[in-house]
Amino acid sequence: MKPGNELKTAHSPSHIPDDWFNWKEKDKDEAETVARPSLSYWQDAWRRLAKNKLAMLGLVFLVLLAIMAIFGPILSPYQVNTQNLPNQYQPPSAEHWFGTDSAGRDVFTRTWYGARISLFVGVMAALIDVTIGIIWGGISGYKGGRTDNIMMRIIEILYGLPYLLVVILLLVVLGPSLSTIIIALTVTGWVGMARIVRGQVLQIKNYEFVLASKSFGTKSARIIRKNLLPNSMGPIIVQMTLTVPSAIFAEAFLSFIGLGIQAPYASWGVMANDSLGAILSGNWWTLFFPAFFISFTMFAFNVLGDGLQDALDPKLRK
Amino acid sequence: MEKILHVENLHVTFTTYGGTVQAVRGVDFHLNKGETLAIVGESGCGKSVTSNAIMRLIPDPPGKITNGSILFKGQDLAKFSEKKMRSIRGVDISMIFQDPMTALNPTLTIGTQLMEGLRTHRKVTSEQAKKKAIEMMDLVGISNPEERLKQYPHQFSGGMRQRIVIAIALICEPDLLIADEPTTALDVTIQAQILELFEKIQDTTGVSIILITHDLGVVAKIADRIAVMYAGKIIETGTKREIFYEPQHPYTKGLLNSVPRLDLKEDRLSPIDGTPPDLFSPPQACAFAARCPYAMEVCDKVYPADTELSESHKVSCWLQDKRAKQLLALAPTN
Amino acid sequence: MLKYILKRFMIMLVTLWIIITLTFILMVNVPGSPFNSDQSSNETIKANLEAHYNLDAPYHIQYLNYLKSVATFDFGPSIKQPNQTVNDLLGRGFPISLELGLVTIAVAVISGIILGIIAALRHNGFIDYMAMGFAVLGISIPNFILATLLIQQLAVNLNLLPPATWSSPAHMVMPVLALATGPMAIIARLTRSTMLEVLTQDYIKMARAKGLSPWKIVFKHALRNALMPVVTIMGTLLAGILTGTFVIEQIFAIPGMGKYFVESINQRDYPVIMGTTVFYSAFLILMLFLVDIAYGILDPRIKFHKKGGE
Repeated sequence: MKPGNELKTAHSPSHIPDDWFNWKEKDKDEAETVARPSLSYWQDAWRRLAKNKLAMLGLVFLVLLAIMAIFGPILSPYQVNTQNLPNQYQPPSAEHWFGTDSAGRDVFTRTWYGARISLFVGVMAALIDVTIGIIWGGISGYKGGRTDNIMMRIIEILYGLPYLLVVILLLVVLGPSLSTIIIALTVTGWVGMARIVRGQVLQIKNYEFVLASKSFGTKSARIIRKNLLPNSMGPIIVQMTLTVPSAIFAEAFLSFIGLGIQAPYASWGVMANDSLGAILSGNWWTLFFPAFFISFTMFAFNVLGDGLQDALDPKLRK
Repeated sequence: MEKILHVENLHVTFTTYGGTVQAVRGVDFHLNKGETLAIVGESGCGKSVTSNAIMRLIPDPPGKITNGSILFKGQDLAKFSEKKMRSIRGVDISMIFQDPMTALNPTLTIGTQLMEGLRTHRKVTSEQAKKKAIEMMDLVGISNPEERLKQYPHQFSGGMRQRIVIAIALICEPDLLIADEPTTALDVTIQAQILELFEKIQDTTGVSIILITHDLGVVAKIADRIAVMYAGKIIETGTKREIFYEPQHPYTKGLLNSVPRLDLKEDRLSPIDGTPPDLFSPPQACAFAARCPYAMEVCDKVYPADTELSESHKVSCWLQDKRAKQLLALAPTN
Repeated sequence: MLKYILKRFMIMLVTLWIIITLTFILMVNVPGSPFNSDQSSNETIKANLEAHYNLDAPYHIQYLNYLKSVATFDFGPSIKQPNQTVNDLLGRGFPISLELGLVTIAVAVISGIILGIIAALRHNGFIDYMAMGFAVLGISIPNFILATLLIQQLAVNLNLLPPATWSSPAHMVMPVLALATGPMAIIARLTRSTMLEVLTQDYIKMARAKGLSPWKIVFKHALRNALMPVVTIMGTLLAGILTGTFVIEQIFAIPGMGKYFVESINQRDYPVIMGTTVFYSAFLILMLFLVDIAYGILDPRIKFHKKGGE
């Protein structure tokens, strides 16, 4: 049929100039332009994280805390364990910014030493968890089959063990010290990380690009290193960020039940535990500073972890 | 013929992280009583948004009907309150979703989900509801209905679940059924069965159907009329015969050429080059111009008005202009 | 379903056995433990220990004895408190700890779920931000610090509540609040996020398309699905609450099991440490088992899956 023969309304609006009826020059680029600038995964994640005010607050706090943990004790004229009994329970002043405790020790100095211990315990525990978790979960998820089955059974059983009870038991036997606390925290702590890594690996393993490199005969170790790990970094980073505060909490908790880090170290948990009696007598600052820093550090890690989770999970992108 | 639904100048926008998306940009169409209208287009062209807008199921925020009217039996649904809308949904207008695997609540029995609509909108005893539910299960072709009402969704196959979803949609005997890609998630053999079920249902109940799909095969089987959507606008409507045999819009032609057909002797499928426009800032003139093999200068400058080729066939394209036909006669290719 | 329960039960037994064996191995190696015979204290205690643990026998006999005594729920005598058995301490402390724990769980679960639902329904609204800000704080402040803050404010400064011990409902307020805030915050966050996810599901849209009221959609269609993940973390939360009782009971001087446990740690009263650890573990593992079963009952898919094969 010939179009136009049956036109009911003459479709030739006169206000449209005739010379517009010419074939358009084909502009290849026009069809191909992408409206939004493309950002790499990490740039995009960072942009989203930067938009999250709470997460940025946490990040800034943690950076400042790390700086103070390194330089704070140097700034202070006092030693961490120098007792000065006549000087006990001084309220915060120009000399002692955070006051002094029951033994006349400077709370400001002790707080930054405590930050060293707490951050060290938290970060070390997280790093060890990640290392074991990646190896265990990576192998389990990648190998699959029988290996996976056995490795997962072990995880399942370890997962059922009550975490803090095992930690307590180990510390009773090993005796509390900086290294034993970290060991005790990681003995069963890595299980959660291993589960996450395994889940990620299982998911990514079947993506086409992994199958492709497999079909080229790439070695397993290389596939794990080059393909699987970079693509599962997001959840691993988030899990790490959330491991740190729970380790800090566990250390403080252990101090409270008498299994904390022993002198000459002073962790926030030990400081808080030492000053329990002091709150009844109104010397609030001895408890306030360690309590504030434990809580705010955990808060900072938690909000940063939440922020990272949102930023690294493109599924949530709106 | 009685118009059961008349959508006029419908605009829907979504406010998102990256800006405002103009998902539907002035859609006009109508649906006659007892007929099946297919709305066809690529994914993202706004066809699902249009159907959700009719049900007023656009989540607000971020979505919003910014302009236009949805006249259903003479009443403008776009102006209805949420409460008033609830008495329409499931009673006068029902909806069927794309994926039967996710459309049923995994923790409730089929019976509960089937009878729920009836018990909400009609004053029925549980005996009556059950009787009606069994009747519906029979209608959609599920054997052993009494037994199966007590089962959970995961105990049914995908095709069976879609039958259940259809039964749920029809239990209050609606006048209008909106089916959003009802066969996309199913196997080809099951697709055919579900399409037959639609025909059977329309014969027995006389329900009017809006079928949203990107699959022209589905359309060929059960649609009476077809509306082709592109970038938030309807660019061509007509009867099934008109669209399939006398397509006017280059996009419609492109769509038809990109699916295999037995009645044409071409041995090659030709895809449409390029991608649909960004709906964050859609072109004011013809949105297809950037991909159109027949694009003229005018196409980037002014949006073409509808040309009525027959009672039922309408198209928005500058190629209908006399001057374009002269150009086509002079220099047919570019 | 039966197969599923049986499998969980086997895992439970293995876990329990590991804990019991672990305590034995560790205790054998600790100087001053009952298995390490150089007890220098009180003669009566020494005699009691000898009688109970058969300390002259080789380790594997001791181990079997130990397994037998655990199986018969006999944890032996205390080293530090003459004429007290571990069972005496458990019998006295457990009911009090259980009461504290149950009230805490009830408070945490009910308020957490309500808070989570409200936040999800007011997604990105003021209430949502308030509730979630509160929840992050709740997760971040350790229970023992919250406890001391509460004592300082409510008991010392305002003199509203008794600062310690366990004798009336008023005494319960602060310990429960201190212990429940963390789990409540976790439940609230989880309920909110799963609720938000569930609300985008097709079956919710389908329920809306049926013309159901918002209340019915939330309570009949969304909540049950949204609470599944909450059930799965109940085990972890219970463990947290249980270990939380150690410090909370100590801070508030509540004569529960946790208080005895912490005292036994400080005094290195090994039989009490062993007995309570095993008891706590058994209790927790049993709870985890029950949580698993509850999950199986709540989610019809699990029943089918396990019945259908594997």
